[in-house]
Amino acid sequence: MQSQAVLLLSLIVFLPALGALIVAFLPKERPDVIKWVSLVVTLIVFVLTVILAIPGENPRFQLGVGQMQDAFSLDWIPSFNIYYFMGMDGISFALLLLTSFSTVLAMGASWPIDKHVKAYCILFLLLETGMLGVFLSLDFFLFYVFWEVMLLPMYFLIGVWGGPRREYAAIKFFLYTLLGSVLMLIAILMLYFNSDLVTLAKSSDLVAGAENPAVKWSEMHLHPRITEEVRTAVTGNQDVPPMHTFNILALAQMGQHTNLFDEPLLFGLTLQWWAFVLLFIGFAIKVPIVPVHTWLPDAHVEAPTPISMILAGVLLKMGGYGIIRICYPICPDAGYDLAWVVCLIGVVSMIYGAFAALAQKDFKRLVAYSSVSHMGYVVLGIGVWSAVAGNQFNSDYWAMGMTGAVFQMLAHGISSAGMFFMVGVVYERVHHRNLDQFGGLFGRMPVYSGLAFGIFFAGLGLPGLCGFIGEVFVTLSVWSFSKTLAVISAGTVILTAGYILWTLQRVYLGPEYKGPHGDHLYPLKPRELAIAAPLLFFAILFGVYPQAIFNYVTPSVERNVKQLARWTEDVKEPRTERAKEQTAMQQPPKVTAVLDQQPPAVKYWGVDWPLSRLPR
Amino acid sequence: MNFDTLINNLLRDTLDTSLPGFMPELLLCVTIVVMLLVRLPRFGRRFNSFFIALPGTLIALYFAAPWRYLFHDVDLAFPSDAVLSTPIFDGLLVFDTLTVYFRTVLLVFAILFLFFTWLSGIPDREDSPDFYTLILGGTLGMCIMASANHLFMVFLGVEMASVPSYALAGMLKGRAKSSEAALKYSVYGAGTAGVMLYGISLLAGALGTLHLPTMAQQLAHMPADMFAERQTVLLLGGLMLMVGLAFKLSAVPFHFWCPDVFEGASAEVNAFLSVASKAAALALLLRVAIGFSYAPEPEARELAAISVGPASRAGLEHRTVHKTPIVLTAHEKPQPASKPGAARLAAPTNPDVNTNLAKTRHYIVGLIALLAAITCTFGNLAAYGQTNIKRLLAYSTIAHAGYMMMPVAAAVAVMDDNPALARQAIGALCFYVGVYLFMNLGAFAIVAFLRNAMRTEEIAAYGGLIRRSPGLVICLSIILVSLLGLPPLAGFAAKFLAFAPLAADPNRYPVLFTLLVIGGINTVISLFYYLRVVKVMALDPEPDDHVPVSFSLTSPEGVFVALISIPVLVLGVWWDPLNRWAQAAAESLFS
Repeated sequence: MQSQAVLLLSLIVFLPALGALIVAFLPKERPDVIKWVSLVVTLIVFVLTVILAIPGENPRFQLGVGQMQDAFSLDWIPSFNIYYFMGMDGISFALLLLTSFSTVLAMGASWPIDKHVKAYCILFLLLETGMLGVFLSLDFFLFYVFWEVMLLPMYFLIGVWGGPRREYAAIKFFLYTLLGSVLMLIAILMLYFNSDLVTLAKSSDLVAGAENPAVKWSEMHLHPRITEEVRTAVTGNQDVPPMHTFNILALAQMGQHTNLFDEPLLFGLTLQWWAFVLLFIGFAIKVPIVPVHTWLPDAHVEAPTPISMILAGVLLKMGGYGIIRICYPICPDAGYDLAWVVCLIGVVSMIYGAFAALAQKDFKRLVAYSSVSHMGYVVLGIGVWSAVAGNQFNSDYWAMGMTGAVFQMLAHGISSAGMFFMVGVVYERVHHRNLDQFGGLFGRMPVYSGLAFGIFFAGLGLPGLCGFIGEVFVTLSVWSFSKTLAVISAGTVILTAGYILWTLQRVYLGPEYKGPHGDHLYPLKPRELAIAAPLLFFAILFGVYPQAIFNYVTPSVERNVKQLARWTEDVKEPRTERAKEQTAMQQPPKVTAVLDQQPPAVKYWGVDWPLSRLPR
Repeated sequence: MNFDTLINNLLRDTLDTSLPGFMPELLLCVTIVVMLLVRLPRFGRRFNSFFIALPGTLIALYFAAPWRYLFHDVDLAFPSDAVLSTPIFDGLLVFDTLTVYFRTVLLVFAILFLFFTWLSGIPDREDSPDFYTLILGGTLGMCIMASANHLFMVFLGVEMASVPSYALAGMLKGRAKSSEAALKYSVYGAGTAGVMLYGISLLAGALGTLHLPTMAQQLAHMPADMFAERQTVLLLGGLMLMVGLAFKLSAVPFHFWCPDVFEGASAEVNAFLSVASKAAALALLLRVAIGFSYAPEPEARELAAISVGPASRAGLEHRTVHKTPIVLTAHEKPQPASKPGAARLAAPTNPDVNTNLAKTRHYIVGLIALLAAITCTFGNLAAYGQTNIKRLLAYSTIAHAGYMMMPVAAAVAVMDDNPALARQAIGALCFYVGVYLFMNLGAFAIVAFLRNAMRTEEIAAYGGLIRRSPGLVICLSIILVSLLGLPPLAGFAAKFLAFAPLAADPNRYPVLFTLLVIGGINTVISLFYYLRVVKVMALDPEPDDHVPVSFSLTSPEGVFVALISIPVLVLGVWWDPLNRWAQAAAESLFS
């Protein structure tokens, strides 16, 4: 069973890289052959992911299971505790499908590219390997490697094949993302050095008769050798040195069931607080969230159409995926405390993005800002943690919000890729994107306009189309978190409707097209139809039958949320209570008592560092 | 003790222990002498010294025998007691796994470098004996730097490595820039050497010895009032010693020679200076930093003296105990049943922390950390404005010196609490040096081959190179991106390993954590200038006055470039073996 999973998942991830190698040996003079080979490679990857989706025996994806499936952990760099550890649950599997699907369509949309086709296809396929790898890897180091692997191909794809300001946009994209990755790397190292599998094992079912068998050891899919080492370490009665790990699932269990990450660090805030902030900034840059979103409009406007589709359809989702998979499970305490900040940032992004979209004159820039606005829903949905019903903490709302966020990611992957494609189609014909010079396209290109209307309405969030479900789930769940935020987020829909309808009016309606290159407005080609139609199809399908996504996503989301809700009830709420009692008792605080309680300052390099470890 | 036993011991020590441990260096000496002698008869003048230097270096590498000392499983928390650190030549040098590793790096570099110069055509047959003599002589000095255990040898090693470098910088006769570079380099080198010598004499005065382990013992056992009294002298002496090391490392503010020398000297010499010289300087920094701050516990020394077994070393035992091979102390020895693991628990449990040594350590950590932070920040920022590829790479090497000093600071800071982590940090440095060899040799090799083809070293001239020489551009891009430190390339693995120990315990070591943040930000800063070169080659149009260069990867030069670039890629994806060897290199320290 496991070897099949190893083979299948590795094939999915590395087939595009292999394809890139094959393309490298194809003759440069036959661009059509190169494109076809690349398309076939992306198609094979898509078929492989679809095979995983067909119900059946393992290693196929099992519906209704929330845990990691097809997980395997093999030796990679054991001298630094790094393993080739992959697996998928509902969330990553849905995003995997979205990625392989978007890549096929984007490859199809790449046909008009005629400059350095070979290099383009190689970079495109390498990019796909990076994207697929991010969603499948469960080792933090491996995750980081795939995360970074995407940067360079993306830089070149924007920088070589982009618009007039392509070099500026490419370096801006690179710089922002690299800054985020470096912050993430610091957080990874901090977490790694504070992790300890031995401590975790003491509260797991690995040790018979542990007090709190909340941690199911087998669910973390550690390398068998590591499990054995931990077992001997725990059963042997002596003190053992900590065993560090990069295993994301194990780190999450440590964050929830031990206080390994609760050491105070800077300014009296805990290590996990800082790790959360660093990771969150890293992911927020990718999402992107206001105020670190400014790379996105530039990158989108300058990138060629297929790369815009990939960027909006897949890359932005990695930020949300990272927050769900890494930030919250590993640093729940910080996530709980910062729930308001996260939600507020999400709402600000929504409003800011919507207003900015209203102000745009460039068609593509407008769609880019609509992405900022829509991704705000994702962050908001993930953030509504401490949703309460009455006075009681109720995790159902949070599950709803997170399901909405995941749905919104997938729906936005469909609709925004579609919107960028629609912009690309018209740009290819008239070579401008100035909204003021459009109008009357409906008369000239009726099929295209019909499809565009459908996709733009999906982006708007019209009921019956995919954009609606996610937005409504998020907004409803926010209601019990904060009514103000809920009202504002619901109000954003009006702004969204405003800019989308206004755009449709300016571009497609009106008596006739008066802008430049009017004679090039030929109707949709079959290739373009073959790309737009599936997008619209899924936009409608997910709108009327959202169960198609929920079937995959919900068990995993609920499992995540349940674990964290249990943590909230068992650990966080008593902790908050205690803290409240302590502050109540300490009033008025006695000066001497406070002095007594001060932890001894650490002298280091002649400076007093007041942030020593607090006694646990 | 009578005279006879003294002589006997000396002989036994020299013949049995010291000379075998010094074999590679001796072979380098032999090679140099042969190269010089072959030139004397008339027929020898037409002989390319390459064919003497290459076998000589290969044999030296065989005797360095890294496979015997490094290729085994390592557990840094509980190093095997088979690995000994043996002082040779009466404690002037030390033979341990670190020596083996750095020697191997230097010799492997020398071999690759010989092929490189053979392909690039500098030196010509006329110059070749001079050139290769200087190269091997410099390598010899660097090997001594890497194994120095005595401040006298530190100075000797630095000078032996520097003097050939001065001459090499001026190798391109008749070029004003080259002569200027050589003059600048030698004047600067002489100045810093003088300062360093003065610092060494101050330290000798304050501590009464130049033997590094003895100096640490003196520091550790000095009464507090005496320590306070001599503090100024010690601080000043340490600072001045650091000036000499910083010059070799090209650390800011002693880096001024570096860009000018790199611009003036040929790319071949640059490769030699940036890889071999830097590796040796880092090893030396490590030796000095550890030497001053590490003094094993007295009872450990006594234990060591008792428990040392090998008969061949029996003659050493009458000497001061610190010169005996250091072995594991009893309380650190792994229990057969216990699980190997890391270090917090394996740390020495001695309750009275030696304040003198702790103060020394803080001083050293602070000094190195400060230099590292300034060096990498300044190097990266100054690289922005460069238009000449060699100057840009010079600033890049300055920045990398900063990165590579960080694990040294980490090792010194944590060596007392967590020797396993300190070993890991030193292993990270070794790994970095190993990777850096390929990255910089590759970069300068490409620069040299392009110089041969287009007669210029301006970055702007590389515009649109990808159209005619795609393979070369891909190789250089891989190397530059690896220098920047992006996965999946070797430079990332090296940076990751070097940064990792800095994050170990932010509360106890805030200085290290600050270094980590600075290093991270510097990585982002360095993005621009590395990527600018890639951008010029790949994105920019060809300049109007360009010389069309089509460089095939199947030509001998191309094969060389590809062979140097492949490890950069492979070591980024699968760096487990090199990491193991690098960790093995650190195994014999602090045990």
